[in-house]
Amino acid sequence: MPVNEGPDGIQVTEATIFVALFLVVTVMGFLASRWRRPEDLLHLDEWGLGGRNFGSWVTWFLIGGDLYTAYTFVAVPALMFGAGAAGFFAVPYTVVIYPMVFLVLIRLWSVSHVRGFVTPADFVRSRFDSPTMALLVAITGIVATMPYIALQLIGIEAVLKAMGVEGELPIIVAFVILALYTYSSGLRAPALIAFVKDALIYLTIIVAIIVIPVKLGGWDVIFGAAEEKFSMGSGVLLPSTGQLQYATLAFGSALALFLYPHSITGVLASKNRDVIKRNMSALPAYSLVLGLIALLGFMAIAAGVQPIGTDNNTVVPVLFDQMFYDWFNGIAYAAIGIGALVPAAIMAIAAANLFTRNIYKEYIRKDATPRQEAQVAKVASLVVKLGAVAAILFIDPQFSIDLQLIGGVIILQTLPAVAVGLFTRWFHRAGLIAGWVAGMGSGVWLLYTVKRVDPVTGDVIREHFAGSAFSLSNLGIDTTYTIYAGFIAVLVNLLVTVLATVIFRRMRLPAGTDGTGIDDYFANEGDPRVKDLPEVVEGVGLRKE
Amino acid sequence: MATTENRPIRRARDRSPWYWLLVIPVVLPLLVPVFNRTDPTLFGWPFFYWAQIAFIGVGVLTTTVVYQKTKGH
Repeated sequence: MPVNEGPDGIQVTEATIFVALFLVVTVMGFLASRWRRPEDLLHLDEWGLGGRNFGSWVTWFLIGGDLYTAYTFVAVPALMFGAGAAGFFAVPYTVVIYPMVFLVLIRLWSVSHVRGFVTPADFVRSRFDSPTMALLVAITGIVATMPYIALQLIGIEAVLKAMGVEGELPIIVAFVILALYTYSSGLRAPALIAFVKDALIYLTIIVAIIVIPVKLGGWDVIFGAAEEKFSMGSGVLLPSTGQLQYATLAFGSALALFLYPHSITGVLASKNRDVIKRNMSALPAYSLVLGLIALLGFMAIAAGVQPIGTDNNTVVPVLFDQMFYDWFNGIAYAAIGIGALVPAAIMAIAAANLFTRNIYKEYIRKDATPRQEAQVAKVASLVVKLGAVAAILFIDPQFSIDLQLIGGVIILQTLPAVAVGLFTRWFHRAGLIAGWVAGMGSGVWLLYTVKRVDPVTGDVIREHFAGSAFSLSNLGIDTTYTIYAGFIAVLVNLLVTVLATVIFRRMRLPAGTDGTGIDDYFANEGDPRVKDLPEVVEGVGLRKE
Repeated sequence: MATTENRPIRRARDRSPWYWLLVIPVVLPLLVPVFNRTDPTLFGWPFFYWAQIAFIGVGVLTTTVVYQKTKGH
């Protein structure tokens, strides 16, 4: 839009609105430390879990802001634009997750409420009496989360590119500000900002879903354009060989998503079990929005959008640029930009909680007071964010995308200890470790074998880590079907865990003592808490299941 | 620390058969071959797309029912 452009090719209207909204949330982020003000913010329950007291509304915004990240909003339509129907897996993925949270994470909430657990690794340590498995869960969580934070920057970058803003300074400034208010306000900051983020996202999408199809001539035209683009393949449907991948990717991603530390942080911050249950029927509103956002990819095809450079992540911003008035465009860009801040903050807090509880307190300073814990977590959150900025600036962003892909597969390897562990203690702690090793090894190997081939020329574009669709033909099976690598890896993990458990139990290897009681898994708000965890873990008042 | 002595009265175990209803929204969206088709279309949307959006509604409905039947435990 030439009229609107400033001297450096920057879109002035958009950039002004973007900056203004960014300033609003910055102020909110700092003021959040006074919101629902605790007696003392220097406690991990306060800084890292917002007081464990969020009601239904706050939880809805917080978890919604947490799970549906800016990267999701940018990458899913980009995938639809580039690959067609396969990108729509985001919808079944976010349908399947809520019933599972309803059944599984609610138990984690209860046991954490009673025992004062802050992280999933706290739970594993106490449940299986295994600091080693807890450490593995913590490290897995941190490693899986770091690239996810870095990806949020890619979301902001896509918007900045579309506004014609060059250079890396704006991203650094944005993230430093984010790091500072997360440091001072903890989980209250993203919880408060999430209100703005979601209001902007819903506004943008409702307008987009009404205005764009009308401008393009209706949904028939939109799906027709996509059908034509992918007519060489299977049109707007999945090829029959891609169906298994689609289902396993949706299912595996859902399992992975609720194992991610930031999701668990969001769930643990809620006030009681009913808040969580109620939210599982209210959160799918975001899935609907995500489904509509995914279709922006097809709208971009119909509108003849050309991505900036070769970066498909820019198709949505470019589409908005073609369709909306400049001022509304500014709001839409801000929605994506602020949408990056909320999950990035929660992820950094979750990673910091893991580091503090399961590495610092476990191995560096066993007698750390709650104050010291909170202080360490605050500093750790700063380090994590700076690490994410460094990763984007100094390493090829593609590396972060690859790592995030791997991240989903490796976080799945905590499933037996964290999710299955909430239902049964049958697994032996050494068996869990063996299963984790097998799952990690097989998962990374499976991803390593995934290559991307040019559909026309047949040339290999990327040799390794080119996606998550593992060709079953690699196992010597005569088929062109593909399957989600993480799905096989977690099956390998479960199989090894079961076999090793049988063996270790036969060998009568000590299985440790369960630090939790059966009733803990059903506790609700108001039930007495057993606060001081260390004593519990060390064997006072333990009961076997 | 006296966890055993102060142990509250046994809590309700929250094992309602209503929870089985949640199997539907987990399994339905994974039956890809069933909905990987164009017809019937709705407002120009191929079945593949509107069916999966409809599953969101199934998820909301089932979780709401289960919540109503199990709340307060």
